[in-house]
Amino acid sequence: MLTLDGLSKTYKTGDTALSDVTLSVPKGQIIGLIGPSGAGKSTLIRCINRLVEPTSGKIMLGDVNLASLGKSDLRQQRRRIGMIFQEYALVERLTVMENVLSGRLGYVPFWRSFLRRFPATDIQRAYQLLDRVGLMEHADKRADALSGGQRQRVGIARALAQGPELLLVDEPTASLDPKTSRQIMRLLTEICSERGLPAIVNIHDVPLAQQFMQRIVGLRAGRVVFDGPPDMLTREALTTIYGEEDWNAMRQGDEEQAEAEAEARGRLAVLAQ
Amino acid sequence: MQIGVVVYLFLALGTVDVNWARVYAGLERGQRFVMGFLQPDFTSRWRDISQGLSESLTMTLTSTVVGVAISIPIGIGAARNLAPRWVYYICRSIIAVSRALQEIIIAIFFVAMFGFGPFAGFLTLSFATIGFIAKLLADDIEEIDESQAEAIRATGASWWQVVNYAVQPQVMPRLIGLSVYRLDINFRESAVIGIVGAGGIGATLNTAIDRYEYDSAGAILLIIIAVVMVTEYGSSYLRKFLQ
Repeated sequence: MLTLDGLSKTYKTGDTALSDVTLSVPKGQIIGLIGPSGAGKSTLIRCINRLVEPTSGKIMLGDVNLASLGKSDLRQQRRRIGMIFQEYALVERLTVMENVLSGRLGYVPFWRSFLRRFPATDIQRAYQLLDRVGLMEHADKRADALSGGQRQRVGIARALAQGPELLLVDEPTASLDPKTSRQIMRLLTEICSERGLPAIVNIHDVPLAQQFMQRIVGLRAGRVVFDGPPDMLTREALTTIYGEEDWNAMRQGDEEQAEAEAEARGRLAVLAQ
Repeated sequence: MQIGVVVYLFLALGTVDVNWARVYAGLERGQRFVMGFLQPDFTSRWRDISQGLSESLTMTLTSTVVGVAISIPIGIGAARNLAPRWVYYICRSIIAVSRALQEIIIAIFFVAMFGFGPFAGFLTLSFATIGFIAKLLADDIEEIDESQAEAIRATGASWWQVVNYAVQPQVMPRLIGLSVYRLDINFRESAVIGIVGAGGIGATLNTAIDRYEYDSAGAILLIIIAVVMVTEYGSSYLRKFLQ
């Protein structure tokens, strides 16, 4: 279980990215973090595993305060937190298998990782994970030979290889097409419920968040302005999160897109006849 | 404006003191030199040439290997995104010193310290290699895709593991390409620094010219050109293979 208490982040430039965020994520819950760009979603996620140093506040993972750890303790604790990235962030020139095994780096000494001599249990587990995400036959391919959806699956397998107690997911579908996005979101939610893993998912696609998340947290200008189940995410709630104009513009954009899609579908249907 | 430039050019040329008799003598020597080139003599000084060549090749290879080996830690230390501030400044200063001093100056210095011969040349080329490789490696590391390093760091990997898993795969092909290119440069430089006494084929060339043996000198120059061409083709082939 993760608890954030009064978490704030002010960048050196004086920009306040987060102010006084208090949030708790119970075991097994998947939270969708929504908000306009620049609201601090990415900063919030990166503060939790301290890829970004928070300015103040507590980050309790179990009974460890991550915000106050020294360097080597922090490394130990990072192993408990798996992270999945927007642009997959795989090491392109390494194989799929090496990428998955890199999730074990926090557990093995340098010489083992350098010689690529991971313990047999790690390798076995990596194969199981590749099987789970459906990439068994791609294990020896280089990561840059895969498609976007496949790469994100490798990203998921890498995060799971850590044996994490929490998943941080940063815009997992932003670089994927709608169909693949849904597949990836389904895979993520399935895996989380299989393992009782809590997850925080940054997501800018509101309908996708409503479809897959158990709880939605809305962030605006670094503050939590909404916290509740997806069906409470009414038009008013969305207006508070995105602001009047932005939300209308976004909805209009969505409607236009839907219209365009409907039209295209209609044309295809005509063609098919 | 243009007229001014032309007038200045003529005035400037007028101040150049040309000794036409000397130019004439030089032309004659130049002609003999070209003739030497056309009829290169590989045989009469073959022992000197082959010794100089093998010295040069040894010097080139050892200095490239040693230079690259030293450059890697310095290059990593000189990358702002990997090294702490104080290490960064130390490594950048080493690079700056190595790059500021031209090979010939370093060679004169090392010849004065360690005497004539290929050892001074080896040190010179190693030193020059550090400035070249470490700088380009550091710049390359600073331009890596930071998100890959972030992802590896997020797994709880140590600094060494981040270097090995996220940085090395991104910079390795270029590092190999640069090392091969440096090998090529080092061979050419070994011919130049030989003239100031740092051994190798340059020393042989210098001796041949001093003895007015232009046919042997021509042979040496042809050998240098041949070796450079071989390394050139070799390195472009290797780089293609690495892509």
